[in-house]
Amino acid sequence: MSSHALDGKAKASHQELPPEFQDQEESIKITGFWLFIVTDVLIFASLFATYAVLVNRVAAGPTPAQVFQLNTALIETLILLTSSFTIGIAIWAMRQNRQRMVSWWLALTVLLGMAFVSIELVEFAGDVAVGWGWHTSAFLSSFFLLVAAHGTHVTMGIIWAVALLFQLRRRGLTTVTRRKLYTFSLYWHFLDIMWVFIFTVVYLGGRLI
Amino acid sequence: MPSFVPYLIHTLFPPWVRRPTEIGAEIMMVAGGAFIVYWLLKYKKLQWLWNEWLTTVDHKKIGIMYLVAAIIMLARGGLDALMLRTNLAMPTLHFINASEYNEVFTTHGTIMVFFMGMPLIFALFNVVVPLQIGSRDVAFPRLNAISFWLFAFAAALFNLSFVVGGSPNAGWTAYPPLTELAFNHTVGENYYFISLLMTGIGTTITGINFLVTILRMRAPGMTFMKMPLFTWATLNTSALILFAFPPFTIALLESLLDRVAGTSFFTLSHGGMPMMYVNLFWLFGHPEVYILVLPAFGVFSEVVATFSRKKLFGYPSMVLSMTAIMVLAYGTWVHHFFTMGAGPAVNVFFGLSTMLIAIPTGVKVFNWILTMWGGRLTFTTPMLYFLAMIPTFVIGGATGVMLGAVPADYQFHNSYFVIAHFHQVLIGGTVFGLLAGVYYWWPKMFGYKLNDRQGKWAFWLFAGGFWPTFIPQYWLGLEGMTRRMYTYPFGLGWHTLNVISTIGGFIMGAGFLVLASNVLYSRRHQERDETGDAWGNGRTLEWSIPSPAPEYNFAVIPVVDERDWWWAEKERRQSGERPALPRPEDIRPIAIPKNTPVPILLGAAFFLGAFGLVFTWWYIALAGLAGVFGLLIYSWFQYDHYRILSAGEVRESEELLGRLGA
Repeated sequence: MSSHALDGKAKASHQELPPEFQDQEESIKITGFWLFIVTDVLIFASLFATYAVLVNRVAAGPTPAQVFQLNTALIETLILLTSSFTIGIAIWAMRQNRQRMVSWWLALTVLLGMAFVSIELVEFAGDVAVGWGWHTSAFLSSFFLLVAAHGTHVTMGIIWAVALLFQLRRRGLTTVTRRKLYTFSLYWHFLDIMWVFIFTVVYLGGRLI
Repeated sequence: MPSFVPYLIHTLFPPWVRRPTEIGAEIMMVAGGAFIVYWLLKYKKLQWLWNEWLTTVDHKKIGIMYLVAAIIMLARGGLDALMLRTNLAMPTLHFINASEYNEVFTTHGTIMVFFMGMPLIFALFNVVVPLQIGSRDVAFPRLNAISFWLFAFAAALFNLSFVVGGSPNAGWTAYPPLTELAFNHTVGENYYFISLLMTGIGTTITGINFLVTILRMRAPGMTFMKMPLFTWATLNTSALILFAFPPFTIALLESLLDRVAGTSFFTLSHGGMPMMYVNLFWLFGHPEVYILVLPAFGVFSEVVATFSRKKLFGYPSMVLSMTAIMVLAYGTWVHHFFTMGAGPAVNVFFGLSTMLIAIPTGVKVFNWILTMWGGRLTFTTPMLYFLAMIPTFVIGGATGVMLGAVPADYQFHNSYFVIAHFHQVLIGGTVFGLLAGVYYWWPKMFGYKLNDRQGKWAFWLFAGGFWPTFIPQYWLGLEGMTRRMYTYPFGLGWHTLNVISTIGGFIMGAGFLVLASNVLYSRRHQERDETGDAWGNGRTLEWSIPSPAPEYNFAVIPVVDERDWWWAEKERRQSGERPALPRPEDIRPIAIPKNTPVPILLGAAFFLGAFGLVFTWWYIALAGLAGVFGLLIYSWFQYDHYRILSAGEVRESEELLGRLGA
């Protein structure tokens, strides 16, 4: 409830907007979240730049083609794309005021996220087991940092979503929980898009060179 | 004695922090800390400190805390500078040795940029911007406090390196391989990377916070082209922060991983590439220059209009040129390392983009001068800083264009010419501007002006000391003296110029002492300002409310219909066109953000984790991380962030301030 929430004019013109934008203060928070995503896009851009510069500097270690398994990466991609779909349904249900449905689809999103992170961890463990850790070469350093940065983001998202599930149970669909759900969905879609770039640049690109 | 004690002593206090300077600093820190604790306990101020300051989310108080921190850091950075100058005063003078010299120039640069310049900017943002746009706080008051505490604990961590473990020593740019573990065994560079990561997170959040505040929380009627120029400067600076800090974060993170986790991003072995760091660093570093100078431009635009009693000349071109600088700032980073050898085409591109920036900057200088034309000038301290800025900054800018000329740059690169150039723009632009801003808005922060007579003494010492300090350095650079050299032999012809430069440095130091004494003197002896418009000529919204502003800022949010709204409003009130004071029924309840201990605890948890990481004590690092997560999850579940100030309470407070009509 910022000062401007008391401003009647601003309130009236927002009536036709989706519920998460109608309250002025919550709407301001969504603006802030978009700007956070901008900074995060740039974080990933810097990681991609590092990767692009270092990808051929394999030293005595393996080349990209030796490291990447397209099959697992493809499965990971399908799982994450599906989870983007499920969070989309959760937001649709939120706008229909169907709280149970929101919780179920959010829970499903969490499960898909967990599956994604698990597969990634197994893949990493396999690489490390054959001695391809991130100290082997500049290429592997940049690969692991880029992909693990994404994986860490997904893990954070999972913790966030679980916290949200608790809050939904306790408080129901309020102005605040709607905004939290909406910003979570923005975050999740953003991670999905980042993964599409990783899949294209790292995994598919790695097969080409 | 348990066996880990000698290990701890050896790790925390290695021989290179057991020199007289370090031990002296340790004694001072312990004694100072003990005195503060004693004072707090004796006068029972602990509760007051906690409630009023440490847990506050009020933007005005956060601004004041930034200001205090910045002044303390200015003292530390300034002492570093005087140590450097003393060592260079005479040929073969070994006041400090080579490795100490490395540490001192590293901490001087890092502190002046990240722990003096940035907080001073944020002090002004916090104090001024919400008041200038007619808002009751920033968009995210809690995040604002978190930003401050991340900065404060990072500054503490960075300064701790001096007495615990050893200072960083690879320059403020921290290029690999100088920072590579194989060549640099002390924990100093860990301190550098970790504390800058911490303060960088805080800075990014501040950037987001002020962008959203300005974009979404302006008073009704304040369109973009009615915003005061300082607010425009804040908007552009915040946008720069938003785009500049992420690459820096990654550069720091990768360097840190190289040191503590055995990766090979920038190492000489395993295929690492040091020049990648340099690119990422300057991708941030060049916009950072404009992050530091745009707020100063904003201050000058306010100061020159106020003390010329005229509206700013060429407002639209001021806005346009500032935005042009913001955009161009991203296209110039390679000019910091033309000598990398990227080839003529790349270097020419970046040389041209560098020179292009001189055009919008020139527009601004002309507009300021034309604002004074025909005005009724008063030469207050802030105005003097503005006047001193013009020749200083113009010459600094012109030598910048010289540096942008690629073939010549191969000659200037890494010489004292560069040192002279960037001190001339950073002191002549940023420091003069921020000091002008501090003097100008001091009455808004504290309710009284700083003493003008002492202010002028400080000005003449500081600005007068500037010229002998830095102008000789251009010649030293042209005569071949390279930066970061800790001593030099007789017979190179550098002696006289270095003596002059050192004397100038000490004159500037004296200026700082007068400034500090002015702060203490004015607190007791200066007249209180009852009007809220301390200079009598205020033009923008912040001067329409009492000084210091009440916690809710505006009892009634004004409707802005003019660019210099308060100037126009004063005329309307005098002519009786508008009532001078709001009626009681105009005042409505106000939501005020509640105090919270989360930000300071979050800072402390970060500090703990960071300290563990510096010494690669992973359990401590993990404990800090767990603390950070615990606090974040705790705040996710908190919903009740506001308390309501009833209309009656606001009326009472306004009546006490003499601000309520009948």
